Amino acid sequence: MSAAAHSVVEPGLTSKRVAGAIVILYAVITMVPLFWIFATSFKTPPDSIAYPPKILFEPSIEGYCNLFTTRTRQTAEYIASLPPATSFCDETTRKRNMVIAGQSNFLPRFVNSLIIAFGSTFCAVFLGTLAAYGFSRFKVPLADDLLFFILSTRMMPPIAVAIPIYLMYRELGLSDTALGMILLYTAVNVSLAVWLLKGFIDEIPREYEEAAMIDGYTRMGAFFKVVLPQATTGIAATAIFCLIFAWNEYAFAALLTSGTAQTAPPFIPTIIGEGGQDWPAVAAGTTIFLVPILVFTILLRKQLLRGITFGAVRK
Amino acid sequence: MAEVRLSRLSKSFGAAAAVSGLDLTIADGEFVVLLGPTGAGKTTTLRLIAGLERPDAGSVTIGGEEVTARSPAERDVAFVFQQYSLYPHLSVYDNLAFPLRSPARRLPAAEVDARVREIAGLVRIDHKLDSRSTRLSGGEMQRVAIGRALVRKPSIFLMDEPLSSLDAKLRADLRLELKRIQSDVGSTLLYVTHDQIEAMTMADRIGILSGGELVQLGTPRDIYTSPANLHVAARLGNPQINLVEPGLIPCQSVPRGTRTIGARTEHVEVEKAAAGAAANARIDWIEHLGDQNHLHIAVDGRRITLLADPYSGFKAGDAVAIRLREPLFFGADDRRISHG
Repeated sequence: MSAAAHSVVEPGLTSKRVAGAIVILYAVITMVPLFWIFATSFKTPPDSIAYPPKILFEPSIEGYCNLFTTRTRQTAEYIASLPPATSFCDETTRKRNMVIAGQSNFLPRFVNSLIIAFGSTFCAVFLGTLAAYGFSRFKVPLADDLLFFILSTRMMPPIAVAIPIYLMYRELGLSDTALGMILLYTAVNVSLAVWLLKGFIDEIPREYEEAAMIDGYTRMGAFFKVVLPQATTGIAATAIFCLIFAWNEYAFAALLTSGTAQTAPPFIPTIIGEGGQDWPAVAAGTTIFLVPILVFTILLRKQLLRGITFGAVRK
Repeated sequence: MAEVRLSRLSKSFGAAAAVSGLDLTIADGEFVVLLGPTGAGKTTTLRLIAGLERPDAGSVTIGGEEVTARSPAERDVAFVFQQYSLYPHLSVYDNLAFPLRSPARRLPAAEVDARVREIAGLVRIDHKLDSRSTRLSGGEMQRVAIGRALVRKPSIFLMDEPLSSLDAKLRADLRLELKRIQSDVGSTLLYVTHDQIEAMTMADRIGILSGGELVQLGTPRDIYTSPANLHVAARLGNPQINLVEPGLIPCQSVPRGTRTIGARTEHVEVEKAAAGAAANARIDWIEHLGDQNHLHIAVDGRRITLLADPYSGFKAGDAVAIRLREPLFFGADDRRISHG
């Protein structure tokens, strides 16, 4: 038998190489736009619109300066009359015949995004875990119908109900508030959370809770001490899904927030409008925008891997 | 430790009665084994005592206190499950300490530590206290599970086939160890199994369950030598008891009303056919098990199976004379008829 080519246990070297090559190629293709944005964020505005595009360029943090500041155009005489520039950003801005007028709205918008995305993720996962546990362990009347109903809230694009929600929010005073956005994203995500987590909790044998209850714990105690630690994999995965949705959501954010509660996604494109097409600033905003998701995923990746507790049980 | 009394305990799941009208008293310090096939209601009985199920009728009394309406945490029982026995996210130490740190007990850390180490020594797992419970072998896991039950010093230990997922060798070792621990600690223990060897070797008394009812309760010897009915007789003994109709094999005196005769190895005399003993059967074939042989004997078109000494000298095809010696007699209602 030619074990190398057809072994069930271990793929042959050739197949491994081909598979590896495909994975690398795919990774490169998907990484190109990310790399391009990252590179653009360190270009100067002229470099960013150069044709043919520049692969090699002198890096600059002008894009980041422009992202965090607002600038006004001034006469050369006025600029010459100013005291010497104190920072790199000052200096670059003056070279473009502008002065820094103040802070841009990026930072508060970014903070809004953090509050709304993490807040709604926490709520969705918290409610989802409790609901999933209930559906998994108790005889809930009409459980199947309820679960279907919960899932059915995902069956149309959320934006289809944009106008009713817009009107409701206006009446309730929830428009342009962080609370309103947290409620909205929680409502959208909770159905996903319930379904995902129910699957994970179904996998945890009841015997563990029963053992804990016999060992002197209440059901709530058993839930926290025994079920939750074993559901970390599922909770981490669910949290990542919920966070990515809430973090990237654009349509509702554009519709329902305009001022105090505006999130970063609808804000970033508005940078384009402020004095020419400032692609480096847009790219800088996008780059910074990617960081929290990246950090969160990497942090939870450990949890995702470690949570796999197969082997504890002899089947 | 305490006496446990079940009276007229019943529980149904939908239309199926899992336990019906069960009366059972387990004396303080007694080791009782419930034996029965799958679906006989053994596990349900344990779960009713533990409080994991609410009975439809009847009551559970532990140490003189009626606990039927209490939650599992308030009953002071320990339960060892067949599998999923350890908390996979905790170390061996934390598994053993888990019940002691529960809100029901909340012992000070020093006492927890002392108890955990004492019990770890008793179940011989003290060298693995820091291991994650998932890193243990099957036998070690069940030893820790037994330890987690012991550490609390509960009124009663409930064990649901704790050894059945282990291989034969480990099962034999742990069986001895469990018996040793039980007699050291002097605990009241209700043990559920479908393995007759476990029941015969460990139990002070065996309860035979069938269809949710307690068919017979007695010492292993009683149950073996004086089974109440055919069902009980068929549960014990290896090879299984031979059931034949009267008249097939010669027997001195058969009581009136006998419909079935139960014959174990010790109830059948086998001789090589000779002048004094006319052949009435033939050895069909012999299974060699090493330390013993199984003789398959054809009698008038029926077959019976007996144990034999490997040195008995019988060969397949031998003509033999067989005769019954004080076998068990069962009437038309399958109940045993006592002799004379």
